[in-house]
Amino acid sequence: MTVANAILQGIFLGAFYAVLACGLSLMFGVMRIINLAHGDIAVFGAYVVLVVVQSTGLSPLLAFLVALPAMIALGYVLQLTVLQRALKGGILTPLLATFGLSIVIQNLLLLQFSPDVHSLGASAGALTTESWNLFGSITIPALGLVVLAVAVVVFGALHLFLSRTRPGWRMRATAEDPDAAELIGIDSRNVYATATAIAVAIAGLGGLFLAIRSVFDPVSGPTQLIFAFEAVVIGGMGSLWGTLMGGLALGVAQTLGAQLNPEYAVLSGHLLFLAVLILRFGGVRLARFGARA
Amino acid sequence: MSLLAVEDLDCRYGLLQAVRGVSLQVAEGETVALIGANGAGKSTLLRAIAGAHQPHAGRVKLDGADITSLAPHTRVRRGIALVPEGRRLFAGLTVEENLRVAAAYRAAGRWNVQTVLEVFPFLKARLHMPAATLSGGEQQAVAIGRALMTNPRLLLLDEASLGLAPVAVDAVYRSLADVIREGTTILLVEQDLARALTVADRVVCMLEGRVVLEGEARSLDRDRIVTAYFGLRRAAAGGATA
Amino acid sequence: MTVRRWTRTSKLFTGGTGVVALLLAIVPLVFGPDIVQKTTTLLILILLAAMWNALAGYGGLLSVGQQAFIGLGAYGTVFFAGLDIPPYLAMVLALVVAGSLSIPISLFALRLRAAQFAIGMWVIAEVASIAVRLDQNLGAGTGISLSQLYQYDPNYRQAYTFWLALAFTVVFLAAIFFLLRSPLGASLQAIRDDEDAARSLGVRVAARKRLLFVLAGFGCAAAGVLIVANTLFIEPGSVFSVQWSAYMIFMVLVGGLGTFEGPILGAILLFAIQTTFTQGGPWYLVGLGATAALFALVLPRGLWGTIEERLGLRLLPVGYQVVEKKK
Repeated sequence: MTVANAILQGIFLGAFYAVLACGLSLMFGVMRIINLAHGDIAVFGAYVVLVVVQSTGLSPLLAFLVALPAMIALGYVLQLTVLQRALKGGILTPLLATFGLSIVIQNLLLLQFSPDVHSLGASAGALTTESWNLFGSITIPALGLVVLAVAVVVFGALHLFLSRTRPGWRMRATAEDPDAAELIGIDSRNVYATATAIAVAIAGLGGLFLAIRSVFDPVSGPTQLIFAFEAVVIGGMGSLWGTLMGGLALGVAQTLGAQLNPEYAVLSGHLLFLAVLILRFGGVRLARFGARA
Repeated sequence: MSLLAVEDLDCRYGLLQAVRGVSLQVAEGETVALIGANGAGKSTLLRAIAGAHQPHAGRVKLDGADITSLAPHTRVRRGIALVPEGRRLFAGLTVEENLRVAAAYRAAGRWNVQTVLEVFPFLKARLHMPAATLSGGEQQAVAIGRALMTNPRLLLLDEASLGLAPVAVDAVYRSLADVIREGTTILLVEQDLARALTVADRVVCMLEGRVVLEGEARSLDRDRIVTAYFGLRRAAAGGATA
Repeated sequence: MTVRRWTRTSKLFTGGTGVVALLLAIVPLVFGPDIVQKTTTLLILILLAAMWNALAGYGGLLSVGQQAFIGLGAYGTVFFAGLDIPPYLAMVLALVVAGSLSIPISLFALRLRAAQFAIGMWVIAEVASIAVRLDQNLGAGTGISLSQLYQYDPNYRQAYTFWLALAFTVVFLAAIFFLLRSPLGASLQAIRDDEDAARSLGVRVAARKRLLFVLAGFGCAAAGVLIVANTLFIEPGSVFSVQWSAYMIFMVLVGGLGTFEGPILGAILLFAIQTTFTQGGPWYLVGLGATAALFALVLPRGLWGTIEERLGLRLLPVGYQVVEKKK
């Protein structure tokens, strides 16, 4: 695999990370909460799709559309029960509460499904196996292309939502100043619930892609959370497009690391993350890349 | 029946009592000025009426209906809008977005982006600029405009002239005159006594959380107001404070 | 009314803890290796809870990555023992070396805000875990045992390990105790209550936090050392696992965040639960996670914190009491 191809594969991988990270970034941008159960919610979404596929025989992508309402409902419930309460506590409360939630989700999944790994790669058929070859060394997998396209569409749609629609303005206003927003008639609870519902739905999408491109089991959540968080931080916390860039950067770092040694893949991502943290905060005064950390 | 009725309102910050047993009525179409020194409780009273502060005791009634336990956003839908102290614009949104985000629930009424711009024409050039880039006076205009977009029956203004250059304050008060002409009921907190008297029908003076003077703006003379404002009568009577 | 440090209750109780420590010291002489091993586990839990509380309760630093130091302490022990250093000396060495790593890490970790700090520490733990996994000499992914300890008779080995655990626990708890009673202690309380206000009063917030972070680093490394001494076999997946953070969070949240006695109570509770539900398994973990989340949302002061507040009780003299002087 040449370096050029590695970078390209990194972009495809990074698009997946970006989708995983999108919801996490939105929740942070609107509510200043980092949902430590985010990865587990994505995995939960993968399991919902799995159940739909196994019981109806639909293709995973169609199955996701069936699962989507369930994910949206989950988002609303999550906000109105756990997160709304957590917002009233200190800075640590949401982290602690979502950490506990993460453990609950993982183990409930373990109880319902076995510890075995599953994958939806087979059910996705041609999507998983199809790829095109260019100039001998460049491979373009169909799945990678689809994920990249979906990532761009999702981020683009979210951007349009926030910049062009009134509900989007309401969300931005509430994110900036929830008290002032209330004073002009915005129900902040509703706004937060919508943001969480969107975040959970997109997390479910991330779970779908995880299931297709790889294997997953009930405890895959934390790994996805770390990747998602690394993407958000690398791209700059509080910036939606930054999260997309961060995801791509993370993917490329991992594939380039794998060029040296396959065992270095994940490690390279971690090192990039730590390097960004050190550069941004560790006493080296660089310009803030639009990061409102 | 008055549009707004405040009955025996008691507001606290922890152990500190900011508003003590205040009762107040505002009739539809009236303009009432709430004056008093810093710390008299005026802002807190306004915030309690808008729902941003939960009172310890007492009631707030709109059109006779008890709204004391309603959330701020619900009160907006009933027709109360507060222009908060310090303006509190959404800095990342443009002027137009700041205005239009407020117009969700009471769009039917006299106020929309067009008519707000008629009252504040100097905002036309700034319509698509982020609110954070505006000058103090322009921001105050947007803040008032934003509240107007909810087509309020009762407009609450908290220190609208604070921190503004006199020229800007002139502009704000000229536009207020327009708003008053439209028939909106206004309750405004104002440190600048002279300004307050130019627009108000009635004046209510607060000191240390209580109402100490109330009356028609025309009939109150300056000396009476100053005495009440600084609590001089009580000081002259031997300095006994409650 | 006077302001006093020592009340009669606290004098009694402090004396009591001294007696308890002495009694614990003779446990290995009285009970068999099984019970001694279990008690060692309890001491490890107490140590971990106290350390996590020092970070989060007194420093406001929520770390989901202390397992980094646990793992480094454990693998450090194996490493030094592998260099033919006598095992118990290797343990002390590993504690010092692994703990010292907290100093360079603190230079940038402490500049991070809440979530970044939490997950940043987790990533550091992952990096350490991967580094170990790549090293064949340390058993790679399958794990390694502290075979050098087999030279001891199991009774003696368990006893030595127990006394080491007791010593570590007493030392670190005492460190926190004296820290809280020192002028530093009041400022730590202030930092926890309102960091900006404390800073504006001249409290050197950064230095205080660094002290807590380094202390917790050494303490968790000590726990790691004890873990490998107690169980003899370690693998990266378990010793660097975020499960340790889950346990620490449970113990401190349920016991009482920011109190001295709370973490100890939480550790005893977790130990009791663990020994009752030896099956372990998912239901037990669901319970742990749900309980921790519930406490965070509903009872943030934890069991001990609530008791303290309701009864006005302070068993150990780490604060000041306003006492009515009896006529």
